[in-house]
Amino acid sequence: MASVPAVLTSEWTKIRTVASTIWTLLIALVVTVAMSAGLCALMKSNFSDLSEKDKLTFDPTAISMSGMVLGQLAMIVFGVLVVGNEYSSGMIRTSLAAVPQRTTFLLSKIAVAGVLALVVGQITAFCSFFLGQALLGDHRTTLGSENVLRAVAGGGLYMGLIGIFAMGVASILRSSMLSLGILMPLFFLVSPILNSVSQTQKIAQYLPDQAGQKITQVVTDTSSDVSYGPWAGLAILVGWVVLFVIGALILLRKRDA
Amino acid sequence: MIELEGLTKRYGDKTAVDQLSFQVRPGMVTGFLGPNGAGKSTTMRMMIGLDNPTGGSVRIDGKHYRDLAEPLKYIGALLDAKAMHGGRSAYNNLLCLAQSNRIPTSRVSEVLDTVGLAPVAKKKSKGFSLGMGQRLGIASALLGNPEILMFDEPVNGLDPEGIHWIRNLMKRLASEGRTIFVSSHLMSEMALTADHLIVIGQGKLLADTSMADFIQQNSRSYVRLRSPQQERLRDIITEAGITAVSVGDGSIEVDSATSEQLGELAAGHQIVLHELSPQRASLEEAFMQMTAGSVEYHAHSDDSEAADPGLPPAPRWGQGSTKKNKGA
Repeated sequence: MASVPAVLTSEWTKIRTVASTIWTLLIALVVTVAMSAGLCALMKSNFSDLSEKDKLTFDPTAISMSGMVLGQLAMIVFGVLVVGNEYSSGMIRTSLAAVPQRTTFLLSKIAVAGVLALVVGQITAFCSFFLGQALLGDHRTTLGSENVLRAVAGGGLYMGLIGIFAMGVASILRSSMLSLGILMPLFFLVSPILNSVSQTQKIAQYLPDQAGQKITQVVTDTSSDVSYGPWAGLAILVGWVVLFVIGALILLRKRDA
Repeated sequence: MIELEGLTKRYGDKTAVDQLSFQVRPGMVTGFLGPNGAGKSTTMRMMIGLDNPTGGSVRIDGKHYRDLAEPLKYIGALLDAKAMHGGRSAYNNLLCLAQSNRIPTSRVSEVLDTVGLAPVAKKKSKGFSLGMGQRLGIASALLGNPEILMFDEPVNGLDPEGIHWIRNLMKRLASEGRTIFVSSHLMSEMALTADHLIVIGQGKLLADTSMADFIQQNSRSYVRLRSPQQERLRDIITEAGITAVSVGDGSIEVDSATSEQLGELAAGHQIVLHELSPQRASLEEAFMQMTAGSVEYHAHSDDSEAADPGLPPAPRWGQGSTKKNKGA
């Protein structure tokens, strides 16, 4: 069988030798941190205008990571391109001729790209948190407060897992364009819309992004009646990721390249 | 050594490769010949485990491709020149392949040098011409220094200098004892490089023969004669114990005599000759005859529609065929 460390090294070389990797990950970080910082600064200057109820449920941790809503899209692009590039360039045939053990091939690729996405996710989450808290001034919280560390580290996990989810989707669809065409509107429009209407929220709460984002909340949002906690939410996201990666593996083994 | 046994590939109700069995032996260039859509590429993709056969098997030195731990060290393949990431440099494209099979990094520069791409090693491969892409694909096939090499239409897109180069490269690799398997739809190209020939048509094996045998069997040489005294000429030739055949256009064809003999014979009987020419059927014709029944896309010549009879009819793809053979 193929040497796993050799395949991992090869996949790392593939990732670091294309420009799209650096750009998408950098954009994920910058967009998340910038948008979170902007919202934190805005919140600080308008805090006195909030209603009593909003003041009580104010979640300084969640708002300092709210930029993830936008930043995750860059993470999705990263995940899609890592896998989709193989198909759009035709490289997949060369790659599979070099590593015909297809499970080893795809798992190595996802492992390398996934670890990178998780690391960048964590850096993004912590940068976003610290800059946000600094801008919130008197309303800030600290990592030592209850559940805050869980929320910040969880936010990093969320970013990474969304990237891995995108890798699974792109591998199943074998096309970057098609994958982005489905994932972008789903995460940017469909999911938030469904989640804001109470009738559809029961279903929308189980979508990967809605479930996964619960981990970033420290103060429970009383306006929505979500039936699970932060860790259960992350578990739902992990479930989605596992489902799509297994689906991708089964299809890759069966299909002609 | 590559062994195919009853290899079959079906796409729906269309059979692309039909019960193919043959062996590709080391130390020579084996040509894999067939018209477009005959199933050559599909067969080659199955050989390196990219496509799953519907039936039968391929063995590389006795093993299935997917059981090879580091396949690039056994078999190198050029299937699709564009099967590289354009945003990556030529060097890096080869580097990730080398790493996956634990091939020393130094080999990357070596093979780039072999194919003449060393000066553009750091350039992104999307800027490459078709010929350069072809060379990069050949470099990737050579990377693991494999005993078996497979090239699908390697001369496509190469300039004459490049064609000359690849011919010599294949011959040199074969002389080193390697197994070389190369596909083409051009008989003339094969005649120059191949020692052994495998011909397929519509996925079926049509011939598995040495090049020398193929040439001997298929290139009939004869002498054509024309004369105003055709009847007499034929009688004289027959009297000399030589078989002469009259063909429709008023000429005589003789298989078993040289043009010198026939010329002297005619002169001896004072017969005027309008033509005395040695003829040789080309291998291309022999190949076309062999595959005539299995060409998927014929160019039809339709007299009633031909506006200008001086021009050859344009090929009309897909006529009489329901489905294009996938990727062939």
